[in-house]
Amino acid sequence: MSIKGQAYIMGAYEHPLRDAPDKSTPQIHAECAKGALEDAGLTKDDIDGYFCAGDAPGFGGLSMIDYMGLRNVRHMDSTETGGSSYILHVGHAAQAIAQGKCKVALITLAGRPRQQKFGGFGGGGRPGQLTDGPPEAGFENIYGGTTHNTYAMCAARHMYEYGTTSEQLAWIKVAASHHAQWNEHAMLRDVVTVEDVLNSPMISDPLHRLDCCVVSDGGGALIVTSPEIAKSLNRPKVKVIGAGESPKGPMGGHDLDLTHSGALWSGPIAFEEAGVKPSDMKYASIYDSFTITVLMQLEDLGFCEKGQGGKFVADGNLISGVGKLPFNTDGGGLCNNHPTNRGGITKVIEAVRQLRGEAHPKVQVPNCDLAIAHGTGGSLGTRHGAATLIMERE
Amino acid sequence: MSDTKTAPEAQARKIPAPPVTIESKPFWDAATEGRFLIKRCNACGKAHWYPRAICPICFSDDTVWEESPGEGVIYAHSVMRRSPTGPFAIGYVTLDEGPAVLTNFVDCDLDALAIGQRVKVRFQETENGPPVPVFSPV
Repeated sequence: MSIKGQAYIMGAYEHPLRDAPDKSTPQIHAECAKGALEDAGLTKDDIDGYFCAGDAPGFGGLSMIDYMGLRNVRHMDSTETGGSSYILHVGHAAQAIAQGKCKVALITLAGRPRQQKFGGFGGGGRPGQLTDGPPEAGFENIYGGTTHNTYAMCAARHMYEYGTTSEQLAWIKVAASHHAQWNEHAMLRDVVTVEDVLNSPMISDPLHRLDCCVVSDGGGALIVTSPEIAKSLNRPKVKVIGAGESPKGPMGGHDLDLTHSGALWSGPIAFEEAGVKPSDMKYASIYDSFTITVLMQLEDLGFCEKGQGGKFVADGNLISGVGKLPFNTDGGGLCNNHPTNRGGITKVIEAVRQLRGEAHPKVQVPNCDLAIAHGTGGSLGTRHGAATLIMERE
Repeated sequence: MSDTKTAPEAQARKIPAPPVTIESKPFWDAATEGRFLIKRCNACGKAHWYPRAICPICFSDDTVWEESPGEGVIYAHSVMRRSPTGPFAIGYVTLDEGPAVLTNFVDCDLDALAIGQRVKVRFQETENGPPVPVFSPV
């Protein structure tokens, strides 16, 4: 499909300042966004696509989306090609709009190179000097937050609201270990029990060491082709049939909700596009940085009712050949690997193996024709980006 | 756990100097005077956290600093056990004004912290930077 005539530029704003000692870079991003929205006659909450490049402080677009309180974003793109990024972003925005991924895309640029005398960029605190890093840095990064203790807060709140137990979380690790025993490359191949998880050292309440994923080197790659190229290749065909994405963050701190993830929004978008529902999935790759990550995402994707994730994962329900929803049959991040602390690509790779019928025979799901790969990046405890992918064997 | 200490001396985790921006400077200047500021929007009337020049709720630029008693309840917390300086508690406080604040809990029995517990702000010194808001049980 061509983008020709599929999208319109309806708002534009150029910031009037040429020397901005009194405004932060995030503030200038937001002022530009406000100006463009007013020019178009739209409001912040109309924006469902956000595009930024390397000048935007923070982690991809997540910090700026959270700073501006863009609560309806369903499409994100932080492609960086230097000064040309924003021209490229218009093309990408047109593609996204043509494909129905968003309807109102915001592209922003801002920076203050004339103020660099006040200190470096990137968020490190320099006593006595002003910085221009991520806007949340001064209010969050100083408190010793890591993935462990911020995800642990989610687990603690989930237990408080829904009665989820450490035993239930442990079942997620048990299932992963049952799968990893067949993976010759897995870092942790020993099958563990619920008691093993509960008896492992407490890292950050209520998460034990065995609730945490491994730290590994390594990597992965994927090739995505047109239908014509796919037909010409001598490999089983894994068709992409749905995709969804969503950011989530405190966005001003109102109605903070650590028991939900962005899957709540990315999942339905992907399932609707694919024309399938969670119960149709034969296999699920679910990002497993921690056991709580899996539990929250399964609930938010609709595999069970909110709050019932503990019961859903218990008693081996995620073990291939045993339970109703085989997950992470390579052993996942909990047992296999977590290359450079980014587990998304390995989630897609194992789903492809399952759909091709090329997973280890001990964990291969019979007649696996529909699979999901889902992940969250950043931190569930602060701000994160969720992505859902539905694939079908053809 | 044998290596889990919750004695008060183990809570003395040093907090680094916060990165201060031109936008957040008024907050840190007030913190130096022992005052806890939040931002409120004159357009929608809502307070938000962390403080921004433009309201993240309604996108108005008519936001003002407001002194807060810094009182609220624990929304969620976790005690980090694997820390070279000893266990410390991180968590969110839902301020009485509405927004939730990420923080550390200090000067308390870390194992006795509970969701829903009332806490109040205080300031902890940093190395060569302004003091930062932390919370203790009331």
